[in-house]
Amino acid sequence: MTNLLLNIDAGTIDWSRAQFALTAIYHWLFVPLTLGLALIMGIMETCYYRKTKAFERGETNRDVVDFWRTTTKFWQRLFGINFAMGVATGIILEFEFGTNWSNYSWFVGDIFGAPLAIEGIVAFFMESTFVAVMYFGWNKVSRGFHLASTWLTGLGATISAWWILVANAWMQYPVGCQFNPDTMRNEMVSFMEVALSPFAVSKFCHTITSAWIIGAVFCVGVSCWYLLKKRETKMAVESMKIGAMVGLIASVLAAATGHKSAQDVAEVQPMKLAAMEALYNGGTDVGLTAVAWVNPFCQPDYQNETEAPLKLDMPYALSFMATNNPHGYVPGINDILNGYTTPDGKVEPSIDEKIEMGKQAIEALAAYRQAKSEGADDATLSPLLSTLNENMKYFGYGYVKDKTQVVPYVPVNFWAFRIMVGLGCVFILYFALIIILTYKIPFVTIFTRRLLAAIGLLPETEADGYEITRLPAWHYWLAIVLIPLGYIASESGWLVAEFGRQPWTIQDMLPTWVAVSDLNAGSVALTFILFLILFTTMLAVEISIMLKQIKKGPQL
Amino acid sequence: MTYEFLQHYWCFVVSLLGALLVFLLFVQGANSVARTLGWTEEGRRLVYNSTGRKWELTFTTLVTFGGAFFASFPLFYSTSFGGAYWLWMIILFTFVLQAVSYEFQNKIGNILGPKTFQFFLTLNGIVGPLLLGGAVATFFEGSNFIVEKSNMVADGAITPVISYWANASHGLDALLNPWVLVLGFAVVFLARTLGILYVMNNVDDEDIRSRGSVRIIGAAVPFVILFVAYVVHLLLKDGYAYNPETGVIFMEPYKYLHNMLEMWYLTILLLIGVVLVLFGIGKTIVSKDYNSGIWPAGIGTVLTVLALLLCSAWNNTAYYPSTADLQSSLTLQNSCSSEFTLRTMFYVSLLVPFVVAYIAYAWHALDRKKLTREELNGDEHAY
Repeated sequence: MTNLLLNIDAGTIDWSRAQFALTAIYHWLFVPLTLGLALIMGIMETCYYRKTKAFERGETNRDVVDFWRTTTKFWQRLFGINFAMGVATGIILEFEFGTNWSNYSWFVGDIFGAPLAIEGIVAFFMESTFVAVMYFGWNKVSRGFHLASTWLTGLGATISAWWILVANAWMQYPVGCQFNPDTMRNEMVSFMEVALSPFAVSKFCHTITSAWIIGAVFCVGVSCWYLLKKRETKMAVESMKIGAMVGLIASVLAAATGHKSAQDVAEVQPMKLAAMEALYNGGTDVGLTAVAWVNPFCQPDYQNETEAPLKLDMPYALSFMATNNPHGYVPGINDILNGYTTPDGKVEPSIDEKIEMGKQAIEALAAYRQAKSEGADDATLSPLLSTLNENMKYFGYGYVKDKTQVVPYVPVNFWAFRIMVGLGCVFILYFALIIILTYKIPFVTIFTRRLLAAIGLLPETEADGYEITRLPAWHYWLAIVLIPLGYIASESGWLVAEFGRQPWTIQDMLPTWVAVSDLNAGSVALTFILFLILFTTMLAVEISIMLKQIKKGPQL
Repeated sequence: MTYEFLQHYWCFVVSLLGALLVFLLFVQGANSVARTLGWTEEGRRLVYNSTGRKWELTFTTLVTFGGAFFASFPLFYSTSFGGAYWLWMIILFTFVLQAVSYEFQNKIGNILGPKTFQFFLTLNGIVGPLLLGGAVATFFEGSNFIVEKSNMVADGAITPVISYWANASHGLDALLNPWVLVLGFAVVFLARTLGILYVMNNVDDEDIRSRGSVRIIGAAVPFVILFVAYVVHLLLKDGYAYNPETGVIFMEPYKYLHNMLEMWYLTILLLIGVVLVLFGIGKTIVSKDYNSGIWPAGIGTVLTVLALLLCSAWNNTAYYPSTADLQSSLTLQNSCSSEFTLRTMFYVSLLVPFVVAYIAYAWHALDRKKLTREELNGDEHAY
């Protein structure tokens, strides 16, 4: 085992990771808006469809129908500008599994490839077929078919998210598979376990609801810009009503599903949770860190510090969050490194022990393959297989040289988690406020407006009004500022999910330095730079077009 | 369903997706000739808007082709993509440029100007088919890679990576093989031919249709010459065969000719395909009012490419041969997913006819009325 992996260039690993992260981060700038706006424009077109029916029955006038048609088309135009970039960055991600993570592609391709293929067959074709009908079919297909196409575009995008998150969840929590020493890979033994993994269900629900928040924040923010400019007020107000309702429902659901996701992490990726919380030493009755000083630029000295400086926590909250029990046991980084025993008697080996078992698995596998190639009989192969199977659970640890390699970068996890949760709370409050202000809820709206006036956030002359169009300018600016903050929250969520599982491409099974392709660092660095220039340029163009389109408004 | 059947079935599905992809490259082909076919600014917009309603299908087929290949033959995914890094990266790069070009080119706020994105569409229109065609040629010509599954655990292995390229060019070396270029350029000119036929069918414009019936000669003639040259070369060359009992790979003289003779149904498929393509092209050239050449030529393309791809893999043939180490060559047997995965994916693939049906319905619904200059000027989503 001494020479193993010496030939992998550290630069290749780092650049490959950087390239994948770059693509994923850019991809995730566009996909949430696609998912979120798909829902919002679906609701808007449904309004248009219903108003058309009402018009045909003589229950409303032509102007109302035209208004909803124009409003729907306006948001679909913005959707279209964003959609292409999501598609463009998505194809790179899929192929990068092969180009940059060649060993990974073989070692787990038997399981991982299936969700990607299903995503293509089931979701991408639905999305790409019906998005064309949505764009170009207004005067070519019936209203019903067009409405169905709009919803099917969103459904296709959502199903796509399902399958890619099934794949991602499997990397975090590999289930439904078995290692085959003859083919030298993991093979699927239960499709249902992979496709309906509880980790995948939580991840999907949390991700999709967070994407709806982005759609809602965008919709409300753009609407507020019109109110600020005193333009397109009717469209802005109606869009805000829909956007805020989607936003409130989505942010409450995101909080609930986030809680479930955190419990999943606590159960199967305790190191990620410890990094998210900067929890160096765990135990029972553990508090959730509200504030602490974790230096964002360097890994803390977790082995010698008892806890992060200036730590202020909510008592029992982390134990409760992780185990549904305020006295529950939560391991810290050092507990995981050194091994621990939970109060119910479950013994978790130390990382050094896991490394040892992983090495035994690798050596047994090498011996097995050597013996098999030499035509050895079952009596020779059987004990080797037994050793392999006994230690297979810790196979990936065999490639770890030092136990600290399995500790993810704490500052990114700690701060990204706080930014995500903090902004998530802001969104719940904000959308609740917008709903109260726009929906004219008996007593509640007036009370809230008077309360806002009492604390100086609303002019006293506006306290008893219902007009959302006459709020002070800073209200609208706040909504506009929340757009980039929504993206920051969303990207932070991804950072937690992906940084927190480092160094594993597949949890406990395959570290990044074994998953990589045989490339020289220069090649990958060059493609990284090319993609960085390309994506950044295209993002600049997209933002420019989007801003111009918003400035132009719903007219043709 | 036996394991062997599933391997052949998935080879068929992936080949069908590949064949459909080559047909759908008419988007790239038309974009590469948009300048001359459209002639005026408005004419060019007609061409871009015509292909702009289909580009997502081509893109999605490429993505699904990749996904299906990954799911069914992961060792190919691992070896070809990880090894021929630069070849695939250039392909991807041009497809990314294409994906944004439609939406961005004529929008207000496009800080790079429409010509930049039109250049991207032309670039993708030439480089995409050329390199995809070249990649297909490597199924017959071989690639410079080595596979050793024990590398991950063998002490002292040259590299811990299971499959790796045996030279530093990472795939670009394939372009030094003239026969790879012959098939690559054949696909470029085929895509142009199909692109012209598609636009002639899809756009109701006298100028473009009359220009197309002339321009098609310039695309079809080099295509036919290059294609025939490659098929003759293929039938006469030695091929990569394997023994299904032992898995040992060996060179067999006239292997692909033997394949075509032993799998006579593929030969029939190929001949029908070729006749349909020639019919579609020929009738468009000689008939004044015939604009439906895309359909026989398109179906013919799918049948022809399907037959060629199956010829590269069925009948105990190594479909991704290695020129560096013969025994590293990939076969259906040694590179496929497990029987469980292939069987599971078999059930998923039963959805494909349903998918094809709704694509056909949506396509028909959108194209019932052909694209005109009037529609272009009144369409708010026009590119």
